[in-house]
Amino acid sequence: MTEKVLMKGNEAFAEAAIRGGSRYYFGYPITPQSEIPEYMSKELPKWGGAFLQAESELAAINMAYGAAAAGGNVFISSSSPGIALMQEGLSFMCSAQVPCVILNVSRCGPGVGGIQPGQCDYYQATRGGGNGDYRIPVFAPDSIQSSIDILYEATDLAQKYRNPIMILADGMMGQMMEPVLMPEPKYVPTLEELPTARPWAVTGTAKGYRNVVKSLFMKPDELEVNVEKIFEKYDEAAKDLVRYETYNLEDAEVVFVAFGTLSRITREAMEILETKGIKAGLIRPISLWPFPAEAFEQINPKTKVVISNELSMGQMIDDVERCVKGRYPVRLIHRTGGIVPTSLEIVEKTMKILGEY
Amino acid sequence: MSTQKLFFAGSGGQGILLMGQMISYAAMSQDLETTFLPSYGPEMRGGTANCTVIVSDSTINCPLIFEADAVVVMNPPSLTRFESLVKPGGKIIINTSLVSERPTRTDIDVIEVPANELADELGNRRTANVIMYGALVAETGVVSQEGVEYALRKVFSGKKAKLLDLNMKAANIYKEKMGK
Repeated sequence: MTEKVLMKGNEAFAEAAIRGGSRYYFGYPITPQSEIPEYMSKELPKWGGAFLQAESELAAINMAYGAAAAGGNVFISSSSPGIALMQEGLSFMCSAQVPCVILNVSRCGPGVGGIQPGQCDYYQATRGGGNGDYRIPVFAPDSIQSSIDILYEATDLAQKYRNPIMILADGMMGQMMEPVLMPEPKYVPTLEELPTARPWAVTGTAKGYRNVVKSLFMKPDELEVNVEKIFEKYDEAAKDLVRYETYNLEDAEVVFVAFGTLSRITREAMEILETKGIKAGLIRPISLWPFPAEAFEQINPKTKVVISNELSMGQMIDDVERCVKGRYPVRLIHRTGGIVPTSLEIVEKTMKILGEY
Repeated sequence: MSTQKLFFAGSGGQGILLMGQMISYAAMSQDLETTFLPSYGPEMRGGTANCTVIVSDSTINCPLIFEADAVVVMNPPSLTRFESLVKPGGKIIINTSLVSERPTRTDIDVIEVPANELADELGNRRTANVIMYGALVAETGVVSQEGVEYALRKVFSGKKAKLLDLNMKAANIYKEKMGK
């Protein structure tokens, strides 16, 4: 497909995951991403893959664990409270070094919350709700095309790091439509090729040896070795997977930090601020973990204030403060409950904050 | 044209989302940038449907709007609720077959389209949304006539292809009546 098509976010996410090599999907419907399992149920069988509607999110993540341990390319999706139910499985997969692509089309919490867009899963995504020492690389696209691009790449990243890779989108991106370009489908190893393509996977004993994929290490010295081994990968990921965009940092008097949908609204707010003679810059983290600390070194000394702009009560602001290292005041502009601010609201709040410096 | 921000409001079943999607299809056929953002959530079950469409010749940052160049109103509650969304000097396009009230504001351009009556003239009341789509394009020039027809061919294809001629007529009827 070389021509742009108008696609709904959720359907584009699903198609991009398939073209990126995903073949196994396990899920349980939840708004605002139910179009994904619907699309997968229709499309995956055509690619020789399998769709299975699980009885719960808990079942889905453990089916994903099993299929991925057997060498399959697994993609799963859910929305905030559903992702919460999958945290245990994610911790197990990290420990057992099992790859998987997981998409959170997030809504707003806590609890069941509401189905409008939110970013209050930032802690859940970047710190994780599962037990133990583990990390999950998290990417936050800001458009349907950038979601496609990262989902297309995510299967390879998951296999490279043998770890879950998370994409954090939101309900607005899932429901909206934009013109997109779909990439060409990638090659996926056949069942016969799996023992060679995935030499670590549990693909049977015909090859003359057996693999064990597990997260149980009863002896402390063995467990320490395993954790150190997975953290060697995280050290590498922390260097290689840092992604971000910056705008106008060189002469900004106010620097916004915003990701996902909200970064687009922030960019419109920056244009309005410019008409008022205020120079605003933006750091848009694309990787939320690893958080792009290096971007904060590009903030110019004349900047008066750094504003973390979030659809939550303020979660990313912890990382912003960590990276600002006390060099500039850090303030928060936010809405929550599923309310998305207009660019005008961001402008008004920014003017008020700037008045204090 | 640089950027046009459009908003469509009515109730579920009136083809509100389809109107918006057709504008996006038309825009794409002219190599313009576009975003289509539907309302979703519990309010849909309450019977209201609305969507935001942006068409631009440059990259669209924000898919949300706080003011619209034009608002299409298909039922009475939508007039009350979204009159304020029209930017000063902007247009509100009202299906007067269903909406008897008129905007209280005087700084906006009110366009009256008796869409259901026009649809009855064509012999199919379900074309009312396509009539409004044609009226919107005639009044704003947001997309070209070729774009309008491209979107109709895209939507009315396959099993729906037999409805294409009727809907082509519907998309043009406002323009013909108004001599535009």
